[in-house]
Amino acid sequence: MDSATASPAPLTHLQRLEAESIHILREVVAEAERPVMLYSIGKDSAVMLHLARKAFYPAPPPFPLLHVDTTWKFKAMYELRERSAAKAGMELLVHQNPEAKARGINPFDHGGLHTDLWKTEGLKQALDKYGFDAAFGGARRDEEKSRAKERIFSFRTASHRWDPKNQRPELWRLYNARKAKGESIRVFPLSNWTELDIWQYILAEGIEIVPLYFAATRPTVERDGMLLMVDDERFRLHPGEVPVERSIRFRTLGCYPLTGAVESTANTLESVIQEMLLTTTSERQGRAIDHDQTASMEKKKQEGYF
Amino acid sequence: MTAYRPDALIASDISAYLELHQHKSLLRFLTCGSVDDGKSTLIGRLLYDSKQIFEDQLSALESDSKRVGTQGQAIDFALLVDGLAAEREQGITIDVAYRFFATEKRKFIVADTPGHEQYTRNMVTGASTADLAVILIDARKGVLTQTKRHSFLAHLLGIRHLVVAVNKMDLVDYDQAVFDRIVDAYAEFAQSIGIQDFTPIPISGFQGDNVTTRSDAMPWFGGPVLLDHLESVEVNGDIDRIKPFRMPVQWVNRPNLDFRGFAGLIASGTIRPGDPVRILPSGRTSTVARIVAMGGDKDIAVAGESVTLTLADEVDCSRGDVIATADAPPQAADQFKATIVWMDPAELLPGRAYWLKLGTQTVSAVIRAPEYAIDVNTMARAPAKTLALNDIGVAEIVTDRGIVFEPYAESHDLGGFILIDKLTNATVGAGMLDFALRRAQNVHWQAVEITREAHAQQKGQQPRLLWFTGLSGSGKSTIANLVEKKLHALGKHSFLLDGDNIRHGLNRDLGFSDQDRVENIRRIGEVAKLMTDAGLIVLTAFISPFRAERAMVRSLLPEGEFFEIFVDTPIEEAERRDVKGLYKKARAGEIANFTGISSPYEPPLAPEIRIDTTRTSPEEAAEQIVEAIMGVWSPML
Repeated sequence: MDSATASPAPLTHLQRLEAESIHILREVVAEAERPVMLYSIGKDSAVMLHLARKAFYPAPPPFPLLHVDTTWKFKAMYELRERSAAKAGMELLVHQNPEAKARGINPFDHGGLHTDLWKTEGLKQALDKYGFDAAFGGARRDEEKSRAKERIFSFRTASHRWDPKNQRPELWRLYNARKAKGESIRVFPLSNWTELDIWQYILAEGIEIVPLYFAATRPTVERDGMLLMVDDERFRLHPGEVPVERSIRFRTLGCYPLTGAVESTANTLESVIQEMLLTTTSERQGRAIDHDQTASMEKKKQEGYF
Repeated sequence: MTAYRPDALIASDISAYLELHQHKSLLRFLTCGSVDDGKSTLIGRLLYDSKQIFEDQLSALESDSKRVGTQGQAIDFALLVDGLAAEREQGITIDVAYRFFATEKRKFIVADTPGHEQYTRNMVTGASTADLAVILIDARKGVLTQTKRHSFLAHLLGIRHLVVAVNKMDLVDYDQAVFDRIVDAYAEFAQSIGIQDFTPIPISGFQGDNVTTRSDAMPWFGGPVLLDHLESVEVNGDIDRIKPFRMPVQWVNRPNLDFRGFAGLIASGTIRPGDPVRILPSGRTSTVARIVAMGGDKDIAVAGESVTLTLADEVDCSRGDVIATADAPPQAADQFKATIVWMDPAELLPGRAYWLKLGTQTVSAVIRAPEYAIDVNTMARAPAKTLALNDIGVAEIVTDRGIVFEPYAESHDLGGFILIDKLTNATVGAGMLDFALRRAQNVHWQAVEITREAHAQQKGQQPRLLWFTGLSGSGKSTIANLVEKKLHALGKHSFLLDGDNIRHGLNRDLGFSDQDRVENIRRIGEVAKLMTDAGLIVLTAFISPFRAERAMVRSLLPEGEFFEIFVDTPIEEAERRDVKGLYKKARAGEIANFTGISSPYEPPLAPEIRIDTTRTSPEEAAEQIVEAIMGVWSPML
């Protein structure tokens, strides 16, 4: 040991989280035959993609990005999707469930079926179509109770089911990626990150995120206690509804007719983080999907929802 | 009841707040205790007191507490922690759950593991990544069997910091005498199993005493408050930094011909460009040229970081190799003494080959019969033939090639391993290498001048292993004999291994238990492999009932040399023929473990050749086999 040279400061929590995520990404690439990264265009996806670029630099990440599209995302999301894939030098695959398309499934008329067909079924179709045997997802354990118990390498049967009672033990930094033909694994490199970690990392690394996370004046309507943005002409206004310009931003992003905005003037990263920390409700309140029933996420996951 | 109350600094100066939190360190810890010790309550309390609970979660918690809580009308913090729906109904945590909270100094990852005996595997899993363990003791009950079990496992997994939290002090009137008595009893036990040091703290998770704030009710306690202690202990990565440099290579980065980077997570030590390094196991040396990173090269990297290194020389280095300090490299060996924790409902089969993954190396490994098992309740050693779910034992492990390692006590990254079943792909066990067996370090592969190719060429043939499998009396030996006659007539060099020449000699010491059957096939496989190395066409005729063993033999040989021939005779037909009268004896109970009757036969799923003996005569079968093999053989045959 050369004691004359000062050793750098102890690693920070962000450095440790980054190292762990990069290790996970590389391990999958080394052991899986056909990995893919599920890219949802949200802030967690942005961080995951950034980590992948770091993990394989100077090579581009050696797998494609897959967006399971519902055709109902915000316009600003589609714009960032194209730009991010190009910047990373990665192939972008977009899958839209043909059945949902043919049946005209939409969030206005079909409620839960919309999520089920476009997202859950769409994802299974895409994984089967391309024969991916490992799929990275940006889920975090702090989001929801059932996620807290899911492994980083989460095994799926050939029919894409998750069995919470039969998970492989994960010890040290050793991940078992072995599987039979037809079976696959979902891998969650951000498992140990919290929402604040994600924001701090975006700030520290200067990662580009969808502008909708920042406050701006946007056309909105208030419906069922949610503030919805009128993002395009497909938005069906109820009789008497008139879009109102409000200064809003989004805490999470999904299909625009299902995603509630918050009124805000926070238009910088720092002020967004400040608002997040001062808020007294947890992140998922803005998403309609969790309100169905307490254990709804666990149930959806067993059925194959990411 | 107050929910999330944000830090005043967030509102007044967000940049200062973020700057402060940017430099937090990370501590991973484990809580051990049973349902009744108030473990979930303690974690819930830490989350609550460190302001990790939001208003919506708190209102859900309040209503849940009244509905299913165990604390009457008071808030049941345990409900914050218990996860999956089924568990919530049972009121027990049954898996490893990870929780997060942060203070100004640290981010914490808490592994919450259950205290039930049958869940040793979960605790070991949670302990493997922990810097610290909190052992909970109910002040009313004192040191229990499970306290000892948890402490033993935490110590076995090499957790450096142990906190003994004597909980529910509120229920013993905060009595110092109770606390002192428990600490004395614990100290005596700790010393007996080699625990050098621990930190005792009297707390009440329910009331909050000494959890995040000092308790007014226990002025006699001069030690640290739990949270202060968690904020100040040294974490593993910082300790590993002063050890010699080691980096298991995960992936070789080759975007083009001009760049060759070695990617991995630094297990220990520090590295700078210009440092001399040695590649293990080859032993070749080079120096580090660059530490490549997006946004610019680094001039130093330390334990715990994921990096990409380039070397000054074109040396062979791939996934599974270890890059190490040139003058203090780790060893390589292929036989070890190891402590193993079994994690699968199907028990360990000594002699069967499992995948062993250590660092980035995956090899085939055979575990010998355990020397002893350790009773986790008494720490007593008892003789054992195998290990069942949640058993811990010490055994010798033999790998099919040398692996680079360090004893677990020196390096968790290079001494901890998992075992994977080759057929189900399940993680069936985990273990810690204690040391390499001396004989292995001294026995090196003799490099041979006359290669297997040379042997085969001289005989003018391709070596083959024709592996006949099927029930007793299915006709394996009959058909194998006919095949060998035909090969002999064609001028081929062959040898038939069957029950007569193996069971009476080489394997005379083996019986017919599952374990002996596994060892029987392993030895036959090894002998057959040596014979193919000598260039022979080897035929074997054994029941070989288990797929795993047949797969193991297949893995010994180069691709394309192993032919699994399934002599498919239904059990009714074999029993009707009963050439040797064995079925009759088995039915009469005179033969134990008889395949097809009292012991299972696992038919091949995709054999190279399948012979249906109800439709094919032995002569026709032999012709088919020779033809099929000729068809894929090289013209040399």
